[in-house]
Amino acid sequence: MKLSILSTKSAVVLGVLTAVVGGAVVSTRDSASAEPVTVMLCDGETQVTLNANGPVTADDGREVAAKLMAEWLAKNPQAQWEKDVRERHRLVESHDNSTLVGQQSVQEGTWSTVTALDVVTWKRETEKLVAEGALVFHDGKRLGSTVAVSCDMCHPDASNTHPETYPKFQSQLGRVALLRDMINWCVEHPVRGKPLAVDGPEMRALEAYITAQRKGVPLDYGKR
Amino acid sequence: MSNDKIRFRRGGNVKSVETKWYEDREAVMRGLMNLDRRSFMKVASAAAAAVMTQGIFHPRSFANVVIDPNTTDDRKIEPFRFAYISDSHLYERKVNDRFVRSLLRAVDDVNRLDPQPDFVFYGGDLAQLGAAAELELGAQILKNVKAPLRMMVGEHDWYLDMGEKWRELFGEPTYSFDHKGIHFVVLNSVVEKDFWTARGMTPQQRMQTVAGLDNGVQSPFTVGDTQRAWLEKDLARFADSHPIVVFSHSPLYKLYKNWNFWTDDADEVQAILKRFQSCVVIHGHTHQLLTNRVGNIHFHGLLSTAWPWPYAPEGLPPLTVQMNRPNPFSPHDGCGDGVVNVLADGYVDKIYSLWNRNPVTVSAAYLNSVRRRGRPRRSSRPTEHGGNPR
Repeated sequence: MKLSILSTKSAVVLGVLTAVVGGAVVSTRDSASAEPVTVMLCDGETQVTLNANGPVTADDGREVAAKLMAEWLAKNPQAQWEKDVRERHRLVESHDNSTLVGQQSVQEGTWSTVTALDVVTWKRETEKLVAEGALVFHDGKRLGSTVAVSCDMCHPDASNTHPETYPKFQSQLGRVALLRDMINWCVEHPVRGKPLAVDGPEMRALEAYITAQRKGVPLDYGKR
Repeated sequence: MSNDKIRFRRGGNVKSVETKWYEDREAVMRGLMNLDRRSFMKVASAAAAAVMTQGIFHPRSFANVVIDPNTTDDRKIEPFRFAYISDSHLYERKVNDRFVRSLLRAVDDVNRLDPQPDFVFYGGDLAQLGAAAELELGAQILKNVKAPLRMMVGEHDWYLDMGEKWRELFGEPTYSFDHKGIHFVVLNSVVEKDFWTARGMTPQQRMQTVAGLDNGVQSPFTVGDTQRAWLEKDLARFADSHPIVVFSHSPLYKLYKNWNFWTDDADEVQAILKRFQSCVVIHGHTHQLLTNRVGNIHFHGLLSTAWPWPYAPEGLPPLTVQMNRPNPFSPHDGCGDGVVNVLADGYVDKIYSLWNRNPVTVSAAYLNSVRRRGRPRRSSRPTEHGGNPR
């Protein structure tokens, strides 16, 4: 996201907004004209009007940014969902690929070198799906429960889900089951909801979370 | 109480004759401290000690001179039994009928006991989200229990209105009573440090947070300074030989903090209880077969009527004979209620009446002998048809 400066006078001071806010549209007047200054966030809605003398220092700028962000977060409480999930639930970290930084992939060439940013992106995106899974796992509404039951009520921290044992013959179902089949069995019976679409966002997230929680356990498919 | 009990309870693992002798002598000295009104017994004890040193008596015969000054010498507890129901986690009937039916089943179970138990103990978490309607529904159902009912509070009952409705229905959560020579204590062990104010949580959010077993935002359970002081005072009038049974919703030891299978000041509570020669702690919250022993204190878990919890990934006491993993295809597997048989020495045989499985008895002998005797049979998993396996 970029900071758009409509007037150049306060550009340097408000430049700190990029770090804190991630984006804001700043509309200012020359301070000499002594008219109020309006600072707008990149959502095009959230704004704050300052008196003509400020902001002057970098700290003033940070203060403005923090104020704008606080206002925006109050309007968008879901924005911090991943932070909230991480605070509530113990998520297992994904594999650390940092040893790959600087290595070349098979294509050879500068563009194919693994960068620190690549590693961070992989981790961030993968763990985001896992966090999303934790959210669904603990939310009877998103599971479609008609009896206010969620997965964590029997499987805290996704315990006793043993994703490493699938596929296996599930005699109760009379066929070989994948993890997603057992998830849907639980969704239909104890949770008393409609089965989730197997390629839907809820199922993908649940599989991600359940599998992530068993990191390090050897695969042992077929184990009863 | 029998000499065998004394020997095994103190011993734990194999000990030398000398160690036993010193331990027994210490027990005698403790007993003597309680003898001010019975000085003649001092003479008898001293005589016994003298004989003892000559190696004529077996050391454990010392146990016979421990006297409770509150009672007559021939005081004996008349064995009795009480039943328990726990952790029903009721939603309103229109939200979830399954948990309601489960509690009704448990009430039928205890009402069918013949002869009837002396009382029925409810182990906490009657409601799921502490709502007045949930607690009232639970109270209505529990009115059908024929035997006298004793209530304990759980965290699911408490954190919506901080216990207001629960107290209105059932009275104060911390109390004690005496029954047939046993002193019973009921604690509120789910006191959590304020994590909600700083986060600006609504009462609903606070309740929802505490209701999540694996929700790491909440604080660990405690009994707290106030109740510990009360407990100490409540027990002060009893001699070490007086049998004590304590009820707490969370286990009064530290098993697994992440799920609050844990009481943060458990060590301090145990310090208050450890002087008693016979002390049993019975707790809810864990929804599984769970057995532990710390010194003279025996710990027993209660079954839930709503759902079983998995065993914690670490910290399981070695005395616990696990219920193997409940069969998800068998509704109610791993759930149930049960009976506690109080024995003549104040220790208990704890019966887990698992629905769909054979009952499991964890005997006082098993705990006293530290697994050498009376090992409970593992419960078999029911078949997918819900019945007992052949």
